Amino acid sequence: MQDLDSKLNEDHENLVRLNMEFMIPWLFELEVVGTLKDDLRCDGRTRLDYRPIILETGLVSNASGSARLRLANSDVLVGVKVELASPLPEKPLEGRLEFFVDCSANATPEFEGRGGEDLANEICRFLQMSYMSGDTINLAELSVLAGQQCWVLYVDILILECGGNLYDAVSLAVKSALYTTQIPSIKVATMDGDQPELELSEDPYDTKRLDTQNVPCFVTLMKIGNHYIVDPTPEEECCSSSGIVVAVSGTKKITAVRKIGSGSLHPESLVSMLKTGSEVGAVVNKILMNKLLEEERAGNTQKVGFMR
Amino acid sequence: MVDIRLASEVPLFDIVADSTEPKHLVTPGSLITKETGFMRGHGTYMQDDCLYSSVAGVVERVNQLISVRPLKSRYHGEIGDVVIGRVTEVSQKRWKLDTNARLDSVLLLQSVNLPGGELRRRSAEDELAMRQYLKEGDLVSAEVQNIFNDGALSLHTRSMKYGKLSQGCLVKVSPSLIRRQKTHFHNLPCGASIIMGNNGFVWICPTLHEDAAGGFVQNLETVPHGDRQAIGRLRNCVTALAQCKMMIYDTSIMHAYDASINAGFEIKDLLLPDRITEIALMVRKQFEMEKE
Repeated sequence: MQDLDSKLNEDHENLVRLNMEFMIPWLFELEVVGTLKDDLRCDGRTRLDYRPIILETGLVSNASGSARLRLANSDVLVGVKVELASPLPEKPLEGRLEFFVDCSANATPEFEGRGGEDLANEICRFLQMSYMSGDTINLAELSVLAGQQCWVLYVDILILECGGNLYDAVSLAVKSALYTTQIPSIKVATMDGDQPELELSEDPYDTKRLDTQNVPCFVTLMKIGNHYIVDPTPEEECCSSSGIVVAVSGTKKITAVRKIGSGSLHPESLVSMLKTGSEVGAVVNKILMNKLLEEERAGNTQKVGFMR
Repeated sequence: MVDIRLASEVPLFDIVADSTEPKHLVTPGSLITKETGFMRGHGTYMQDDCLYSSVAGVVERVNQLISVRPLKSRYHGEIGDVVIGRVTEVSQKRWKLDTNARLDSVLLLQSVNLPGGELRRRSAEDELAMRQYLKEGDLVSAEVQNIFNDGALSLHTRSMKYGKLSQGCLVKVSPSLIRRQKTHFHNLPCGASIIMGNNGFVWICPTLHEDAAGGFVQNLETVPHGDRQAIGRLRNCVTALAQCKMMIYDTSIMHAYDASINAGFEIKDLLLPDRITEIALMVRKQFEMEKE
């Protein structure tokens, strides 16, 4: 495993020089992490700044909803497909969401072969955990026939390029894709004994949308020295030994927390990181919703897609 | 704090660096010529008496030799190049460095200056103490001394200006964007020094002084805030030039730096796509003004 050798200069308490003995060849190293006390990172951002995000929805024409999000060098493509299925026996009045993450081998050399499977499973599990709370998405809307038929949303996430901070990019892309997902309206035609016949509307534009106001956004906070930063670059991720990922819903509530990295966190820093995470998450949520509304109002403009 | 743009709002980065278009651009599988009698060089292959290109790049013709120079490829070393490499392995009497080439470059124990400047034959104790000088993960600036038969580069640090790099910022760009110049070490007027490795690694650090120890001594003092701002701005300028596929050398970096100061951009603003295109356009305008 990686051996982190970190020296904290006593006089200049916040200057950290980290030197890594890496086993995985692609791990980067930072000669100067920057005195985070002055709130200045290597690329001029403050501790709580995100890198520029580029968003586009509706790229995949044969999915019910899709989105592509580019967070600096991290590129994520999400497609949502809706299908009818029977609901879970313990939740007969609710539909459900199924997540699947695929780390493409093109994203980074580390994902070659089955290298990306662990990360994919982790992200998948965290997504499932964060959507379990009733506050996030109203699954009762997805019910068609109580106890017999419901909508299942299959959310497929494809990681095309890995440039640090994958959790955040994935969560924002999933939220955008769910925002644009169109679920066909369905009517119960006849009740043929026990077998109900469901009739799908003829009009392709007769669809309903989900209320994604409270769908959670993830905020990754990594701890370097005595401070924590939001949206780490791959270099900063390598320099940090511990961090947390917080799932924050639109109402500033935290729906899930996960600790990443092998280092330890002091309880006080954990509490302050959670607080910062929920504030940053609320801001990100608001800005994303505004942008999605703007795109919707702009109407059917030419899709840019991948040809840039 | 957070900047989200729609893809349709983002400008394109296709700024042509030189005003003249390259004469013959090819893509893999495109036909170069049907005439026989040409010798085929790198980046081409022969099929049914026709010459095709195997990489995306510019066709170069020297008398009877036709080759294709790719636009983006691994670093191809020449003797005398300055490179920056990261140590990946400490082996017997040599260090292996990653320099963005096809093979790891080799830094032999006899090609480095021993601390203290002694000139003697390297003994077994020197070999055992190798890890004290350079270990895995260290960044080194060196010069290409020789090229082995298999294409691996042999490096040396036999001058005080080469050696282990201490505090600064590394930017990785494509090797084809680094212009070959007389010197690759520059002390910029803004309070930072820059080392442009021919292999595409650009190292930005606080101003190196003439009487610096060099070699293997690392300077770990706190870097002043003003210097770090200059380094951050330079880093973003280099990344912006690389994204717009402009040649990177000291003049173009300084033009970009001055343009960003004059336009009043904050350091983190230079990460935004429209600021990047603005900077690139200002640099190009500056060059055109200078030509007249």
